[in-house]
Amino acid sequence: MITKEIQKKLFDLMLKIRQAEEKIVEVYAKEQTMRTPTHLSIGQEAVAAGLGLALHKNDQIFVGHRCHAAYLAKGGSLEGFFAELCGRASGICGGRAGSAHLSDHSAGIYASPILSSMIPVAVGAALSFKMDGKNQVAVAVFGDAAIEEGVFAESLNFAVAKKLPVLFLCENNLYSTYSPMSVRQPSSPIFERVRIPELDTRQIDGNDAVLVYECLSRVVDKVRRESKPYFVECLTYRIREHVGPLFDYDRGYRTKQEVEAWMTKCPIKKLKQELIHSQIMTETAIKTLEEQWQHVCDEAYKKALAAPWPTENTLLNYA
Amino acid sequence: MPRFISYAQAISEALVQAMQEDKDIFIFGLGVDDCKGIFGTTIEVAKQFAPQRVFDTPACENALTGIAIGAALNGKRPVLVHARHDFMLLALDQMINNAAKWTYTYHGQSTLPIVIRAIVGKGWGQGPTHSQNLQAVLAHFPGLIVAVPSNPVDVKGLFIQALKSNSPVVMVEHRALYDLKADVSQEPYRLPFGHARVVRMGRDVTVVATSLMVQETLKAATMLEAQDISVEVVDPVTLNPLDEKTILTSVKKTGHLLCADSDWPKCSFASEVAALVAEKAFYDLKAPIGRLGWKACPAPVSKVLEDEFYPDSQDIVQAILKLLKRHEVKVNPLKTIDSFSGPY
Ligand SMILES: Cc1ncc(C[n+]2csc(CCOP(=O)(O)OP(=O)(O)O)c2C)c(N)n1
Ligand SMILES: [Mg+2]
Repeated sequence: MITKEIQKKLFDLMLKIRQAEEKIVEVYAKEQTMRTPTHLSIGQEAVAAGLGLALHKNDQIFVGHRCHAAYLAKGGSLEGFFAELCGRASGICGGRAGSAHLSDHSAGIYASPILSSMIPVAVGAALSFKMDGKNQVAVAVFGDAAIEEGVFAESLNFAVAKKLPVLFLCENNLYSTYSPMSVRQPSSPIFERVRIPELDTRQIDGNDAVLVYECLSRVVDKVRRESKPYFVECLTYRIREHVGPLFDYDRGYRTKQEVEAWMTKCPIKKLKQELIHSQIMTETAIKTLEEQWQHVCDEAYKKALAAPWPTENTLLNYA
Repeated sequence: MPRFISYAQAISEALVQAMQEDKDIFIFGLGVDDCKGIFGTTIEVAKQFAPQRVFDTPACENALTGIAIGAALNGKRPVLVHARHDFMLLALDQMINNAAKWTYTYHGQSTLPIVIRAIVGKGWGQGPTHSQNLQAVLAHFPGLIVAVPSNPVDVKGLFIQALKSNSPVVMVEHRALYDLKADVSQEPYRLPFGHARVVRMGRDVTVVATSLMVQETLKAATMLEAQDISVEVVDPVTLNPLDEKTILTSVKKTGHLLCADSDWPKCSFASEVAALVAEKAFYDLKAPIGRLGWKACPAPVSKVLEDEFYPDSQDIVQAILKLLKRHEVKVNPLKTIDSFSGPY
């Protein structure tokens, strides 16, 4: 059952992610304070928000380069986020990791940008949960190109053979950098190609936060109860360029019409309309909430800029 | 109480003792619980702990390494076994992009207590793809502990140490050492990483040797002793961390250095030691440094070619005589029995 509370929480979480990334868009090129390649999730927030709410606090997410949304949705520190992007000592990883490795281990979020490389790590976490009789679930979050890597197949096989509590969550945004699906994969849908008798798979609209939440909370529950993997493909779309803050209509690999069509399917816009329509929130309340997150992000960014740099003599710490 | 046991038995014993003490240790990899038990090293642990803590896996070396990482993050101590070091080539992504960088990149938020076993093959036509040694690659990237035990005493102590360490450790074992016997203490004991061992004291030349070449060098040293040439044998024990001091102290004493490695010399650990000594003990050297390793081709199968490919104690003798400019010396070959009679 989807309550008003859940709808509001989903909306709140998506706004938080959006405002954090809009802050990056605002300053990235102009102020050059974040010297780290950023892969924004603008337009894809519903997947992370739905997942974040579907998981327990001690569940774990393992994600690739496009990790900001999952990081924030799993409860990664917001101040640690901005400080990390700005290379400060107070960054969640002391300024060593940057955007593509954003990880707050205490919150159960781990990121690394080698395609597919966090998928087996999620499987290993699930193995330990099963061995120790813990009631936890591990989630691997990855893009449509990650399934092209060999280690994806290795991991899936292992997880199915050993019946491990792991959710494979694919964010299919139709592109791998500039390469469309058509030059990379067969035309049948991913979730059908991955399905085998021992592995349930499904495909959902990844831009509908309520639907994502509904689906994933059921799936996660099943993974937890039955200790077996599950594969979900979320159809979504990246609005900005692959890496960086800009729009990229001019680069020839996708049309402006295509991007604009997906903009009308923006997950935040969609839920906003529903909230207003069913009188769960007023337009003014929504505006206020948006401004609140904007303010929180402004402050976190300001705080990051004021924070000290790591000192040179810490270079070899943990080496 | 010491018993005269083999390298393989010492590994088996270390694993059993560590697993009895720490319930978070588990061993996995291709065939770890089968009847052969990784050349006998996992038969006893499988008897005691399979299937929960010793289990077979699909063939997916890269995923297995990532799986070890995910389990280690959650308090387990995985031991991943590659029956041949060559198979680890398929796991280098996880080892180098993830494991080696983990604690540093995430600023110590978590540690990775992982042990990865890799066995270097030799003999009975192991051939091009079942006899390689990746130690130099592994030691090149910061973040992995690389141990190269050359004898039963060290291999047991290093295993116990590795299974208490919080960093990823690679144990580069050598198949040709598996039957080598020595007095090994029954009680569990730890050997620290980064402490080289002067295996034999000498005066005229330092040989820094690794793994199987330590044993070959000891034979060479015995042969040369009869000719009053005194060889000091230094076993680095771990390549990373590296005990530079013990190597430099020895070279400063003898003034001569030969690096005898169980690997190809190009871009190797032997080259690393040569560079170290050239940088830090150059003026103590009385002659150019020598390197001895495998010939510059893949390992061939045919026995005749294989014998030509691998250096042995005779080659070490010749390399030392050349270094010392003692070409006139004639050395009687030592009668040795190859303990490994095959077949694989
Ligand atoms: C092993 C590897 N190969 C190539 C890359 C370069 N790379 C970074 S992101 C990316 C595209 C990934 O596409 P997808 O998985 O669909 O994720 P998306 O960027 O669309 O979210 C590529 C090829 C990489 N990071 N790792
Ligand atoms: Mg994609």
